[in-house]
Amino acid sequence: MYGNSKDEALKALAARRWRVAGALTVTMLVAYLGFILLVAFNRPLMGHPFMPGLSVGIVLGALTILLAWVLTGIYMTWANRHYDSALDELRR
Amino acid sequence: MNPTTPGTQLGQPNTTAIVFFLLFVSITLAITYWAARKTKTTSEFFAAGGGISAGQNGFALAGDFMSAASFLGIAGLVATSGFDGLIYSVGWLVGWPVVTFLIAEPLRNLGKYTFADVVAYRLKQTPVRLSAAVGTLTVVVFYLIAQMVGAGNLIRLLFGLSYETAVVIVGAVMILYVLFGGMIATTWVQIVKAVLLLGGATALAVSVLWRFGFSPAALFSEAVNRYGPEALAPGKLVSNPLETISLGLALMFGTAGLPHILMRFYTVPNAKAARTSVFYATGLIGFFYLVTFILGFGASVLVGRQAIVSVDKGGNMAAPMLAEVVGGTGFLGFISAVSFATILAVVAGLTLSGAAALSHDLWSSVVRKGHAPEAEQLKVARIASLALGILAILLGVLFKNQNVAFMVGLAFAIAASANFPALLLSMLWRGFTTRGAVASMLTGSMSAVLLIFLSPTVQVELLGNATALFPLKNPGIVTLPLSFVVGWVVSLLAPETEAAARFAEVEHRMHVGAAVTPPPVTVPTGVAGTVPPGIPEAPQKA
Repeated sequence: MYGNSKDEALKALAARRWRVAGALTVTMLVAYLGFILLVAFNRPLMGHPFMPGLSVGIVLGALTILLAWVLTGIYMTWANRHYDSALDELRR
Repeated sequence: MNPTTPGTQLGQPNTTAIVFFLLFVSITLAITYWAARKTKTTSEFFAAGGGISAGQNGFALAGDFMSAASFLGIAGLVATSGFDGLIYSVGWLVGWPVVTFLIAEPLRNLGKYTFADVVAYRLKQTPVRLSAAVGTLTVVVFYLIAQMVGAGNLIRLLFGLSYETAVVIVGAVMILYVLFGGMIATTWVQIVKAVLLLGGATALAVSVLWRFGFSPAALFSEAVNRYGPEALAPGKLVSNPLETISLGLALMFGTAGLPHILMRFYTVPNAKAARTSVFYATGLIGFFYLVTFILGFGASVLVGRQAIVSVDKGGNMAAPMLAEVVGGTGFLGFISAVSFATILAVVAGLTLSGAAALSHDLWSSVVRKGHAPEAEQLKVARIASLALGILAILLGVLFKNQNVAFMVGLAFAIAASANFPALLLSMLWRGFTTRGAVASMLTGSMSAVLLIFLSPTVQVELLGNATALFPLKNPGIVTLPLSFVVGWVVSLLAPETEAAARFAEVEHRMHVGAAVTPPPVTVPTGVAGTVPPGIPEAPQKA
């Protein structure tokens, strides 16, 4: 139903999407596991006051939450800008 | 009435709470009436006809996910033990990026109503759908028990109603939403609930921070003055690192296997909307957890740990008590009503996804081999919703006074082990076979249930034995890899040529969607003989 070149291009695009998705998933996994491993193995650091009222642990926890949102934002922006337009090209 | 401590109206019938709650129920029932008139097909019943926008679905996803357990539970945990609550908040959120990157778009493009649509796409329908239904229904039932028991207890504490009355009210109202309004009503109930919960929690946090010059650090410092620097450091929660990682894995990959969350991606018109809606949902839920953290500290400073624990040992009443301190009985009533609404919305979403497994996967695909007429499918969907609703009420009453907190963790562990590996392998691996999928899903659900049964939670805390055979409370670290390995090995043992041959079609449709594959045949769903059972024919609005 499609020319070979279109098929190949779609395969390449699909592979690229999985690579981006995989890299972002690994980033999230590493950040999250890093956070809980620090909590588990370095309590003094996590409890250390960064400034009065803010410990390193609280800042890192809040940053992990922020990172989760930023990563989904990065993915959405990439997909909306590059992936969708490439896909539209292939649909023609 | 319930014993109340001096200085709080908690547990007394509260006029504001009742007025707000009745207002919520009337508005949502009016929405249900409106939705019922638009629910004429199975697609409308299970997927709102694909007519929900990305923004609406973002709020609805958040509404499905933010349970009363996370609102009241995390605020309570932070109030009583400080920093530790944040570990949970982070864990509950990090599953969402995984859903965004790996699941949302392929699911939207490949499936119709359930995640089994995706797994079964190129495999044999009957065995795959049967095993997927086992995973889905186990997750839904455990999650429902936890929610219903939580509802009974919370409402008893908040409104002073009896446990059974509360369970019956929640069950009955939820049945009305799902039975008559299907996914359209459920979606709008989620949206209204998400707005109320986010609004209520934000207003509460602002009124706390207002007393501390809008500086969270000043609030946390005050907590340190009262309870020592330990309030800002990891405490008892993380005594066993392996346990924490195991729980973390279950939370992170369990979200990507929760049937009521996955189902929501079928309500949007296309993959782009699915992707955008998870971005909104992640932002809303992340914001909500940060706010909950402020509320917990606010309660520990303004209400006091002693007072909170004296009302409920688990600290669950921290947020409502805080509302009373900063805003009086009126605010307490509002927050109580919001908590009630929250439970209602979550059980509605759960029931609908269970009904989809029963009617779409089991009845239409397994029993009727894809030849059930539209009217019959809709009828079965409604009967399934009613049956699950009644089951939820019965289970709620049956599990009264049982400690069911572990059941949410269990539901996540099963979702992560039974649903997620099969879903991912079916999308990524050409060599995945029917036997592999069945083995992976059944191993995932059975090993998770078995290891939880052998865990200290059940053996020591519930049954009172001295030791447990399995050392961890959460089995995720064992069952998630196990399920992947079993799916992989079993597939390698006996390759399935037909499934591998159809992988190209899956790959194509997963990315391009259904619109471009051969001219979209607009066949009314389920007209006998016209639609091959394996191919969901969801129309794709590009």
